[in-house]
Amino acid sequence: MSAAGAWARGAALSIGFVFLYAPIVILTVMSFNASRLVSVWGGFSTKWYVALLENEQLLHSAKISLAAALVSATIATLLGLFAAIALARFGGFRTRMLFFGALHAPLVLPEVVLGLALLSCFVALGVGRGFVTLVIGHVTLTMCFTTVAILAALRDFDRTLEEAAMDLGATPPEAFVRVALPQIAPAIVTAYLLAFTLSLDDLVIASFATGPGATTLPMRIYSQVRLGVSPQINAVSTLLLALVAVALGLAAAVSWWRAGRNSSVKIATPAPDEAS
Amino acid sequence: MNSPLLSIENVSKKFGAVVALENVSLHVGAGEFFALLGPSGCGKTTLMRCIAGFESPDSGTIALNGVDLSGVPPFRRPVNMMFQSYALFPHFDVFENIAFGLRRKGETKDAIDARVNELLAMIQLSNYGRRRIEELSGGQKQRVALARALAPRPKMLLLDEPLGALDRKLREETQFQLKEIQRLTQTSFVIVTHDQDEALALADRIAVMRAGRVEQVAGPMEIYDRPATRFVAGFVGETNFIEGRLERNLARNPGAALITEFGRIPCDPGDIAEGAQATLSVRPERIGVAREGEGIVGIVENFVFRGETTLLRVRVAENVVLRAAAGHGERHAIGEAVRLSFPSNAGALHAEEPLG
Repeated sequence: MSAAGAWARGAALSIGFVFLYAPIVILTVMSFNASRLVSVWGGFSTKWYVALLENEQLLHSAKISLAAALVSATIATLLGLFAAIALARFGGFRTRMLFFGALHAPLVLPEVVLGLALLSCFVALGVGRGFVTLVIGHVTLTMCFTTVAILAALRDFDRTLEEAAMDLGATPPEAFVRVALPQIAPAIVTAYLLAFTLSLDDLVIASFATGPGATTLPMRIYSQVRLGVSPQINAVSTLLLALVAVALGLAAAVSWWRAGRNSSVKIATPAPDEAS
Repeated sequence: MNSPLLSIENVSKKFGAVVALENVSLHVGAGEFFALLGPSGCGKTTLMRCIAGFESPDSGTIALNGVDLSGVPPFRRPVNMMFQSYALFPHFDVFENIAFGLRRKGETKDAIDARVNELLAMIQLSNYGRRRIEELSGGQKQRVALARALAPRPKMLLLDEPLGALDRKLREETQFQLKEIQRLTQTSFVIVTHDQDEALALADRIAVMRAGRVEQVAGPMEIYDRPATRFVAGFVGETNFIEGRLERNLARNPGAALITEFGRIPCDPGDIAEGAQATLSVRPERIGVAREGEGIVGIVENFVFRGETTLLRVRVAENVVLRAAAGHGERHAIGEAVRLSFPSNAGALHAEEPLG
């Protein structure tokens, strides 16, 4: 490959990365800007982060968002596990395809439509909107993702392991818990983290599903930006970014650890054996 | 044999339109090493899964010690299985894998420790208790799987192609270990295999299966020397199929013979009618090879040195080539004329028409 070709490839890569990440880098840098104006660099400062700690409204919203993400991710992961078990294990029951489609629909359903549907449903049923409806909305949104992730792992799982457990005296539920569950645990963790991140940064569903007193962080940020970009918003966004990065990093670490554990089979030298 | 430990009576099983088992009846005695032998798709694995409880027969009964097992789930059957893939639990170490069945039985910690250590010693992996499964070699995994299945002291052990995943050299060693372990534990072993050498080497009795049916149940020697059907003769060991018409001439000596296009072969007529078309199955090593004297004349076409014997391909008619084994030290050249002699008890006669 010629030097010009190498240069072109390097440039293409750089342009791609700039396109993807420049806005995020600028946001992060500006959160440390001492000046109030986005266009002027007033020196490094963490004063906006300090100010953040005194912003009761923003802190309250952050708590709501975190709580909603924790609770909805837990529920969505549990429901996703059950749905995946039904799809992977109950054989070809009559409405299986319908069930499969219904579970996966929110993946492709426009979020606005889903949000509106939730709102109409809550209004029709006379449910007062607040934290509970917010969690319900996020479970509806994220359950399809957890189902997909867990179903894939459950399908890959070798069922003879469970048969072996049953053969050795374990009842079917016991065999599942003792043998299958530990094997698919990484997928469950990944599913949980995925649901957590999706819930944390969701704006559309939250706008429809939540009520007064339960304003999420993305909603708060969005409403404040309409009044002009404040450096405090940059700071909180940077923190949000860091949180999501940590969650994704954890998910990656889990799958990396799992892959490493599997590949160590080939690396491990066979112990002295077969001498007998 | 005292009353059978396992009795299978008229078991049939279909998967959709595919018949996996058809009226299978078998008996396995206590302490017996029994083999289910057959090509893939013959139903042997289905039969084993029926015994273990993972499949239930459409009709017929499977009873252990006279107790009908129908409706008894796998986890309540005193039968354990060693899976072809071993199915060891990757998240447990060797010790916990072997202890799994004992823990389900709710045995005390001391009893479990003692039993697992006893088994680890038996499979010669005493210091491997804390090893993880993926740190073991194929042969070690195979032994751990065996120990795990034996740990709860099952009345019967089912082994699904237990040596299938091992390489040739290891397989032979493991055959001896398996036989020794079976002798020590006094447990009935039922092994499923498609490898006739394995079945002949290991089993006290063999059931040869084809297309969901049992073709013959007998000891290894009888299966080899007196195959009940043409299929058994062809599947187990090397053989020559000689077609001809049976002549029961009691005046001549020997009494009966198969009349073929290349000569008259004395044989044991069994219950086949005079004049009927029949196939004689003769093992190569039962055919006598000599340069002169009595016998059927043939030309050596080719030969393969096999160590103890030399396998000759002898053309006896325009389209008939027989395989005969010449003893050690006998030399034959290609193109040489030889005489083949058949002792009257050399082969087994089958009335059925040749396949295809």
